[in-house]
Parts: sequence; C-alpha cells; structure tokens
Amino acid sequence: MKIIKTGSAGTLESSDVLITVRSHNGKGVQITLSSTVEKQFGNQIRHVVLETLKQLNVTEAAVDVQDKGALDCAIQARLIAAVHRAAGIDKINWEEMR
Amino acid sequence: MKDRLRRTMLYVPGNNTGIIRDAAIYRSDSIMIDLEDSVSYRQKDAARLLVYTSLRTFDFEGVETVVRINGLDTPYGLEDIEAMVKARPDIIRLPKTDCAQDVQEASRLILLEEKKNGLPEGSIGLMAAIESPLGVINAYEIACASERLVGIAIGAEDYVTAMKTSRSADGIELLYARSAVVTAARAAGIQAYDTVYSDLNNEEGFRREVELIRQLGFDGKSIISPRQIKVVHDVFTPSVKEIELAQKVVEAIDEANAKGSGVIAVDGKMIDKPIVERAKRTLEMASASGVLSRKEGRYHA
Repeated sequence: MKIIKTGSAGTLESSDVLITVRSHNGKGVQITLSSTVEKQFGNQIRHVVLETLKQLNVTEAAVDVQDKGALDCAIQARLIAAVHRAAGIDKINWEEMR
Repeated sequence: MKDRLRRTMLYVPGNNTGIIRDAAIYRSDSIMIDLEDSVSYRQKDAARLLVYTSLRTFDFEGVETVVRINGLDTPYGLEDIEAMVKARPDIIRLPKTDCAQDVQEASRLILLEEKKNGLPEGSIGLMAAIESPLGVINAYEIACASERLVGIAIGAEDYVTAMKTSRSADGIELLYARSAVVTAARAAGIQAYDTVYSDLNNEEGFRREVELIRQLGFDGKSIISPRQIKVVHDVFTPSVKEIELAQKVVEAIDEANAKGSGVIAVDGKMIDKPIVERAKRTLEMASASGVLSRKEGRYHA
C-alpha cells in the first residue's frame, strides 16, 4: 500500500492512541513514539506497528504514534485506519484482514 | 440464543477504546456497541476497525455482544455487515427498520458473509429496531421477516419526532408504539426491547418507566449508563411473594398431574393453563436472575 498523503486516526483520550502516517518515499519505515507507558511497553508498541505495516504491505512511511496507554488491538485499529486514509483508500479489504 | 435473558442492553460508543474494553465489567445482560448515531460520519471507518479488532481480542466474559450497524440505505451499512460478521458478535442490530424487506436484506447479506467466512448459517443473530410510524404499523411483518431475528426494539427518539410530539414523563405518546411492538413480537414468538431513558439523574422516573415496560410485557430495555443496570434487573427480578406463589402453583399442578386430576386451586383460586405458564415464567426469570437455582427439577431459593 502506497502512502500518498498525511492520514491520522485515533484520539488522545486515555486508553487510545493518535497515529499519523506520512509519506517517506525511498526512506523505509520510521516510527516516532511518545507514550505514557513507553518505558514498559515502548518495544511492544513498535513491534505491533511494524507487524501491522507488514500485513498492509507498507514499506515506506513515517509513523507518528502518540500513545495514551492503548492496548494492541486499539493500536492496530488506529494504524490500519490511518494507513488507509494516508493511502487514499476508502474501503478495507476485509477478506485479507486477520 | 433466541430466548436468552436480555433485560439490559448497554449502549457503548463504537469509537471509544476504553469504554469498549471495560463494557463487560458492569454485567449488563448484553452490550450494544454502536457504529451508528454515536459515531460521526468522518469516523465511521475508524470505529468499524476498532470494533472489529476489539471483538476479536476481548473476552466479554459471557456478556452478549450486539453491534448496532448503520442502515443499509447509508454508505456504511454494507461494509459494517462485511466487517462485523467476520468479527463475530453474537448479534447484529439493524436500525430504522421500516418493513420486512429491510430485515430480509440484512439477513441475506449476513448469510453471504457467513458463507464467505465458513460460519454455519444463522451463527449471527439479528435484532431490528423500529423507529418510525411506518415501522410500528409494519411491526408484525417485521417480526416475522427472518428466522434469524431474535427480537425487535422500539427506538423512541426518531419515532416521537416523526409523530410531531416529544417524550413525556409518563410516556403516553409511546403507548401505542410500545404496545404494537411488544404484541407483534409475542405474536411472532420473538423478544421485545424498550427504548432508552435519557435522563440519568431521574432515577425515580426511570424506575417507573421500567415498571411500565415490564408490565406491558417487554423482555428488557436499552440503557445508556451502567448506573441504570441495577434498577432494570431489580424490576425484572420476581419478588419473593411472586416466587412463592409460582412455586405453589407449579407444585400443585405437578401433584394434580400425578394424580390425574384436572382442575386445581391454590390459596382458594382456580389455577388454569395461563396461570401455570405465568408461574413457570416467573420461576425461569427468578432462576435466570440468580435468585433461584434449579435442582432435581425443582427450584430452590
């Protein structure tokens, strides 16, 4: 999936995460993370972001993650929404969703 | 699935992570995660994804999961069904149902997705909310429209607006619609659920409304806050007096049946078939509410 513009999803409410995806052409994936639980869960959050990008075939993107203690499933949901918005794709391919 | 206890259906906004995560801890009978009115148009995609990943992740500990989708006449309804069948809530709730075809179309689309996902036909139940004068007029044909349907609900806000009135304390403006919906549900052999009560600070008014809808015959009510759960469960739980009388009736009829005698009396009143049925339902409700347990075919407090 190709990122063509800036797309965000999520909120800064407790237990949620605000994810912004921007194009990062030719420079791979870059994750910027700020989290209320970074010390304990920073690596786990990065892992979820990388795995989800892989499932979506996103190889080039700048991903800004502002986490307020979101669980993995919320991070996945927000990232998938942000990527689709940033790729200009309205409909999810549900058959390929895990 | 059809006859499950559904006294309380707690609304949960579909785009709120924390509320979805915690929704089961309050022990309503069902939670109703909403993709419709509580989600703005610009967040429909994000909410659908969040509900999808949440349903596939969280254990709701026996609390039934219902998802209220957007209407099939909106740009969102179709994709809601595609995503939600794959997410596997117990029930999909269709809003603004005006006629039998609305239910049949939703049921057909759910079936297509069930097949696509290798699920047995009928795995996902369906509820239909009636929210218009036309829907009320068509309540019986709606209630009979699909084998998948477990119940119909009355949604009052749109209905009273269309009726050119507003909601009042005693609910007189809803008397016909409530009666029509619950009668249609009973005639079709499915459940009936009442609309929300929005004034969270008026507990007395809320209790009166719950007593009214229980008396009308409803199975339960949609609620907007965990604070409303206890009142509904209290009202729907039979009293000790009701349980004692029901036990006497059931014991008397058992004894009469064993002796082969026909007419019986309890406390000087003749007991016939409808009274026995009501007594059995009282004991079932008491048992389902956790105030009675059933052992060896008899109920124990």
